[in-house]
Amino acid sequence: MAELKYTTEHEWIDVDGDIATVGITRYAADALGDVVYVDLPTVGAVVTAGRAVGELESTKTVGELFAPVDGEVVEVNEALATSPELVNAAPFDAGWLIRVRFDALPDDLLDEGGYAAFIAGQAGA
Amino acid sequence: MTEQPPPDAEPRRSPLHEAHVALGAQFTDFGGWLMPLRYGSELAEHHAVRSAAGLFDISHMAEFEATGPEAGAFLDAAVTAQASAIPVGRARYAMLLAPDGGILDDLIVYRLEPEAFLVVANAANREIVAAALAERLGDRRAMLRDATDATALIAVQGPRAEAILAALPGLAAADGTPIGEALHALAYYAATPAAFDGARLLVARTGYTGEDGFELFVEPAAAPALWDALLAAGAPLGLVPAGLAARDTLRLEAGMPLYGHELSRGALPAQAGLGRVVPAGKDADFVGRDAVLAGPPADAPVLVGLAAEGRRAARAGYQVLEVGGSEPSGVVTSGALSPTLGHPIAMALLDPALAALGTEVEIDVRGTRLPARVVALPFYRRPVATD
Repeated sequence: MAELKYTTEHEWIDVDGDIATVGITRYAADALGDVVYVDLPTVGAVVTAGRAVGELESTKTVGELFAPVDGEVVEVNEALATSPELVNAAPFDAGWLIRVRFDALPDDLLDEGGYAAFIAGQAGA
Repeated sequence: MTEQPPPDAEPRRSPLHEAHVALGAQFTDFGGWLMPLRYGSELAEHHAVRSAAGLFDISHMAEFEATGPEAGAFLDAAVTAQASAIPVGRARYAMLLAPDGGILDDLIVYRLEPEAFLVVANAANREIVAAALAERLGDRRAMLRDATDATALIAVQGPRAEAILAALPGLAAADGTPIGEALHALAYYAATPAAFDGARLLVARTGYTGEDGFELFVEPAAAPALWDALLAAGAPLGLVPAGLAARDTLRLEAGMPLYGHELSRGALPAQAGLGRVVPAGKDADFVGRDAVLAGPPADAPVLVGLAAEGRRAARAGYQVLEVGGSEPSGVVTSGALSPTLGHPIAMALLDPALAALGTEVEIDVRGTRLPARVVALPFYRRPVATD
């Protein structure tokens, strides 16, 4: 598995060929609190980087899922319909959200160190 | 008067702040205080309170002491409850009203001694309550003191709350009654003096979760030791520390209003279904009395419970509409996916024409119309104790 990439919307991206698996980071999951409902796009939906494509609802708040890349949704995590708590329990693993076939990766994605620095900057803000 | 920080000051910290940090709490600013939002999973905390017990730091709550020969008469005139008729050791839910009947805050008034009362108010309304009480005191022979900074408040809530307090080493009733006996005899909305390792304590059977439980008023210096001892004594019985996130879903399921949501300056108590806060026999005049007796206009919104299916919850501020309607008929004041019931619940201020039980309505959830039904409050009622 290649090193994960991150966005400033607290999403992680795992790239395999032209497929990007997308989830939210532990930091984002902890900030949301217990996720109780996940609304994901349908397979086949065309998404645009930076646009909201879904929602994650916790008991206290609603978070938007932003597409990190341009492309087409090829798979969504069906398990989240009945087990949204996977987003909290395993945000980098069983709590993944969508898979997107992408044309090109944006060049402003962060690596792990960059994301850690971004989080540190937010915590101090 | 206690000194208040300017609005942009750092939030206040509870005397238990270090204990929360050690427990890994996530914090939130609530009413000007930095308080625990959750320690881990707020759903687990919620379920623990329903099935065993939860430990809450609610030291942000404001406390006022009214003492003196005319303290009862003063509170009779200041708030909706007939304070002078409260028996010593008992408490009443009350409201502080504006002259036009609008709600300035909701309160609990305890009578601790014949001439000593404790008024518990919301953190966010501390200054408003302090000012209104001071003004309404007038030249009566009574003293008013803001005791917020001299008081820590810890709540133990849940079906095992009594067993946990009974098992707490160092807790003793002030009159020498065995503590288990004293706790068991303590009625809902009653309070009794006690001691914990030499510190004076007021033990009240009150709460904001819909479960049996206690609220412990104690001096700040003694609070950390009490908190730690409660956790140690309660852990074997399933007690967990619980934050404001769980407290909010618990009180919502129990149909309990939260100031700033269900209660506000712009609403009369009767609109929130709380017309009963004025005792039928109260003859003393009090601020807001004429407006309360006149009641709200017939078309004023009323507080209702809404239940829906699925998992998408309405949130505070969402519009409620007639089925197929285009104009909003009401607004959601609090909403969540009920952790206990498993379906969305909400409270809303709704056009009385739609407020009958069973009425179908729609809620605008971020552009999607979701069906909901008017249901009775509370959504959740705890099982009746069998002992």
